[in-house]
Amino acid sequence: MKVGRGELWAGRALLLVLMAFTILPFISIFMTALHPSGTVPSGLEWPADPQWRNFLDAFRLAEMPALLLSSTFIVLAVVPVSLIISTMAGFAIGLLRIPGSRVLLFLFVFGLTLPFQGIIIPIYFLERAVGIYNTRFAIVLPLIALFMPFAVFWMRAHFVNMPTEISEAARVDGATTWDLFWHIQRPLAQAPIVSLGILMSIWTWNQFLLALVLVEDPTQRTMAGALGYFQGHYANNVPLLCAATILILVPTLVIFMLFQRQIITALIQGSIKG
Amino acid sequence: MTSDKSPVAPALSRWKVRRESIVGWLFVLPALLMYAIFVLVPLLLTILYSFFHWNGFGPMTWVGLKNYVTIFQVPNLVGTIVNAFWLVVWFSFIPVGLGLIVASVIHRVATGRLGAIARTVLFLPQVIPLVAAGIIWGWLLALPGLINQILKAVGLGAITRAWLGDFHWALPSVGIIGIWVLLGFCIVLLQTGITKIDSALFESARIDGATWLREFIAITVPLLRYEIGVCLTVTVIAALAAFDIVWVSTAGGPGNATSVPGIQIYVLAFTQRSVGLASALAVMLMVLVVVVILPIQWLTRESKR
Repeated sequence: MKVGRGELWAGRALLLVLMAFTILPFISIFMTALHPSGTVPSGLEWPADPQWRNFLDAFRLAEMPALLLSSTFIVLAVVPVSLIISTMAGFAIGLLRIPGSRVLLFLFVFGLTLPFQGIIIPIYFLERAVGIYNTRFAIVLPLIALFMPFAVFWMRAHFVNMPTEISEAARVDGATTWDLFWHIQRPLAQAPIVSLGILMSIWTWNQFLLALVLVEDPTQRTMAGALGYFQGHYANNVPLLCAATILILVPTLVIFMLFQRQIITALIQGSIKG
Repeated sequence: MTSDKSPVAPALSRWKVRRESIVGWLFVLPALLMYAIFVLVPLLLTILYSFFHWNGFGPMTWVGLKNYVTIFQVPNLVGTIVNAFWLVVWFSFIPVGLGLIVASVIHRVATGRLGAIARTVLFLPQVIPLVAAGIIWGWLLALPGLINQILKAVGLGAITRAWLGDFHWALPSVGIIGIWVLLGFCIVLLQTGITKIDSALFESARIDGATWLREFIAITVPLLRYEIGVCLTVTVIAALAAFDIVWVSTAGGPGNATSVPGIQIYVLAFTQRSVGLASALAVMLMVLVVVVILPIQWLTRESKR
């Protein structure tokens, strides 16, 4: 590689500055979280007497165990169902190419650019009418539906590239459509299914608008929704708010560190295909 | 691959073919039903509501296009759309432009360990909830926060202020939050694109002694057209439909300085009970997104690899 020395160092310096820009905010809230509750410290200042108790207080005040349980419940209710029904739909549209699959695909793709605000108002009134407002299902059901455009599109992109010879061979051996789907194609689609699952889990965990509008009780919300509620009540207690924010970030950061390669790849591929 | 099933088809009777497609439709049905009930029907209802005057519980009064006219007459409502376009500059143009530069720098000078670490670090804000990003930056941009601390340290103490509470600076400040969230995503996406470009092109350019700038203009930007389009699409949608970051950091204030359609729809529908007007604004927002996205798609699609 023929790159000048000066250029090399200038480039590296640029990268370091950007990394600092990304990391400093986290360091700032971490230091702030260690200051005495109720005080207003400076942005970046190591406290004389670090108050590790703040994390305990925030854990208790934010009802963390209930929040974790609620968010986990919502993820477990949304992601598996979304995966199964979108894989089935992607299989039928991409591989079976059922009559009308072009129209179906167009219908789903149409939803890709849809802002959530476009449908939130009627969903609010519908859910009040059928009585699921302020329950976890108020978030779960619309979220599954809102994932369908992306999920079906994603799975179809996999199935449409599968060689048809495999299906034909199975057909000759007398396999039913369900056998073909469950025993042959589903195991072959493992990689895109896992990526899609990671993506939808993150998006569910971080979902805010649906939680804000459709669920008043913070312990029935997603993590992001609960954090919004906490901010509304403790906005004036900066150290405590920072401690709660860190607690809520920890699960996300741990997952990201563990699966960073898969997560980055999935998010990038997700937007390139979508 | 296009003539699928043809070797098998003659063996099947017509009845079997029909049964096949019924079974196929059963596979689509669950996804389609969920989508129809919770997305398509509400979408139509939003459009329907937008022609009515309704407070959410009383009788609905048909007002035709009046809600749409109101949006253009009330400065605060038109203002949300203007603000949304300003956010496009901050959330989209700057991250994509800066992302292009950084991605090509990483490609040129930091292919090894530093590049890999930078990728992970810069991507971090993309996985945390936007609400958390809003809270973190709400504190950084506050009067005693880190930003003012840095400004004082470099001798710019005179310009410190509560950034998110300042009529002139609130919107750019929200824009900075957007840059923080979206820049890493753009860098990684564009860098992935660069690695797909034939490295022989870069090598021959370097043998000819091409500077970074020449390489950037002649090779990187033109060959990344598709990836740039993807970045623009994702970030423009994030800007026009922004809600979480704005709601948490400023809630649209001070005054209406950072009010965007997403915020105004929420306020109109759920605190001011003007459901019809809120729905009309929601319809406008959806149309706006499509109108802005389509040209980007047309301009960048054809170079798809």
